[in-house]
Amino acid sequence: MSVRGTIGGIDSPEALEKALRAAYYLADEGIATAAYLALALGKPLLLEGAPGVGKTEAAKAIAAILGRRLIRLQCYEGIDASAALYEWNYPRQMLAIRQAGDETIDVYGEAFLIERPMLAALRAPDSTVLLIDEIDRSDQEFEAFLLEFLSDFQISIPERGTVRAAERPVVVLTSNRTRDLHEALRRRCVYHWIDYPTAEREASIIMMRASSVAEATARAVVAAIGKLRREPLSKAPGVAEAVDWAEAATLLHNGGARWPDAFKRSIGVALKDEEDLAFISPRLDALIAEAAA
Amino acid sequence: MSETLQLPRAARAFVSFVALLRTNGFAIAPEQTTAFLEAIALLGPRDPEDIRQAGLATLAPPPERRAAYDLLFKIHFLGGEEILRDDGEDEEVVRLQEEGRGDEAAPLADEINESGEMAVRAEALAERRFGPDRPSDALRRLAREAPDRLPRRRGHRRMRARRGPWADLRRTLRESVRNDGEVMRLRRLKRRARPRKMLLLIDVSGSMKARSEDNLRLAHALLHATPNVEVFTFGTRLTRVTRALRLKRREQAFTAAAHLVSDWDGGTRIGDALQAFLAVPRFGGYARGAVVVVLSDGLERGDLSALRDAVVKLSRRAWRLSWLTPLATGSSFVPQTEALIAVRPFVDDMVDGGSSAAVVAHVLSLGQRSAA
Repeated sequence: MSVRGTIGGIDSPEALEKALRAAYYLADEGIATAAYLALALGKPLLLEGAPGVGKTEAAKAIAAILGRRLIRLQCYEGIDASAALYEWNYPRQMLAIRQAGDETIDVYGEAFLIERPMLAALRAPDSTVLLIDEIDRSDQEFEAFLLEFLSDFQISIPERGTVRAAERPVVVLTSNRTRDLHEALRRRCVYHWIDYPTAEREASIIMMRASSVAEATARAVVAAIGKLRREPLSKAPGVAEAVDWAEAATLLHNGGARWPDAFKRSIGVALKDEEDLAFISPRLDALIAEAAA
Repeated sequence: MSETLQLPRAARAFVSFVALLRTNGFAIAPEQTTAFLEAIALLGPRDPEDIRQAGLATLAPPPERRAAYDLLFKIHFLGGEEILRDDGEDEEVVRLQEEGRGDEAAPLADEINESGEMAVRAEALAERRFGPDRPSDALRRLAREAPDRLPRRRGHRRMRARRGPWADLRRTLRESVRNDGEVMRLRRLKRRARPRKMLLLIDVSGSMKARSEDNLRLAHALLHATPNVEVFTFGTRLTRVTRALRLKRREQAFTAAAHLVSDWDGGTRIGDALQAFLAVPRFGGYARGAVVVVLSDGLERGDLSALRDAVVKLSRRAWRLSWLTPLATGSSFVPQTEALIAVRPFVDDMVDGGSSAAVVAHVLSLGQRSAA
């Protein structure tokens, strides 16, 4: 296994954390360490966590600081090699056969190959970051298929042979943990469980992401969101919702709405489930007043 | 035997930490140990926190066992004195009697009365030993017939078929190359059927004592007959036992499950249990589009409206909701208890759950039913 030590001039978790901060991503020590180790050891990085804690954002930020193109593969049930890896351009192949006449042509040539995200990343490992998003949405067949890719970074195309990456590509996988991933997949990766950030950090994230939001607003939103997360909701608000809520409330306030009211009227961007809203609405006033205090 | 490679002195503490984790039930592969050592070399053992983080990242303990990992780390590297309380999968257990929730509910008859003292835990926690293994005909039937007879749904993965809505261009082209580019026959694809998710909610309270053991055996058989099965037990707590039951050998699986579930033969708060189930997003997702089977007698001691509300939500998420109660005998069962009357309108099937044979028969008949 190739241990790189430094990649793109980053030689420690602290340096990575600093670089991520410059790319508008506030990483805590755990994620900075995990991401640094993944880069340095040349292993894929598996990020798990509740929806909206910034898993995909982390991948984007990593791509940004490395100055690489982010190739995103969104997983879904039934995703297969033709959507993830490569596909042949059948109409073109068919036309070529028809037009060839007596000449011989190679219908499995480069011209007929359509690159999909994983092949694209394998072919340009030094200029891309591959994001395999929401792996838990895919089925077990695809997970098994990924195992080969993630351990050897090579794939075989029956008609053309094996494609191998010249160096280990940077791969980030995310999962919302709607189902348990296979142990073998976790084993091949550097793993990090992203938790909700601390109140302090979350307030900083809000102010960094939404520059129009005042500090007092950000703190109030964080306090209210923290309370909401302790309620038995079917969909707890994530960091993204916190940012949206702070921004929406600020917008309403600038339009003339008074403070507690601005929070209350924009609750729809934080809680997006009718049942959750109905559950919380009798206590919403008190909750917001408490948070704003 | 001087041929054996000696570990460098500095590495020994780390390798023995991995060994310690392994003996405490963490599954760690050799390659992960290698990565762990490389990670420490990279970070330079500057402070214990770095080592802890490196272990978290490379040894990948599952999030629900983070606390156990941290404790072992403390014991091994920092010389902590704490005794490891093996609460196994802490995140997989939801206690139902929290402060401020359900305080007004009637005291549970077969438990110590909660006298307002916080220190007194009203749950009668017990551990259960399973009787000797006796595979019954019903379980054998379940294992044999389940793969074919359980409900299926249309998946999103495609497979070749004689006829179907899509053309299989890949195969068609391959064949046409053999025929000098002439398409003799257009091959087709259709969507492949997949087994539908199943969710078993098993009541392990005192009133279900006679059935709970058999029900868990049944869950184990089902779990190994078909993929995508989730199993929870409830009484005064809600416990996910899927992982324990996934162990193939029955005795092992039941020992693990018996250890995990600590509210055997206690009281029941079905409403609170189902509410708690729905409130954990990860758990609630298991019910979506699933075949949901509740094995309970519906002798609710808690709040009826909470139960009703939970069942309404559950039935909205489920593909089909079955309630199997030992009280229902015969096909023309009319519920008599208040709880069952309250939930009857929202349950698709309310049938006999009094014997393994009856439960198996119902589960296997679900494949012929449609969504409700």
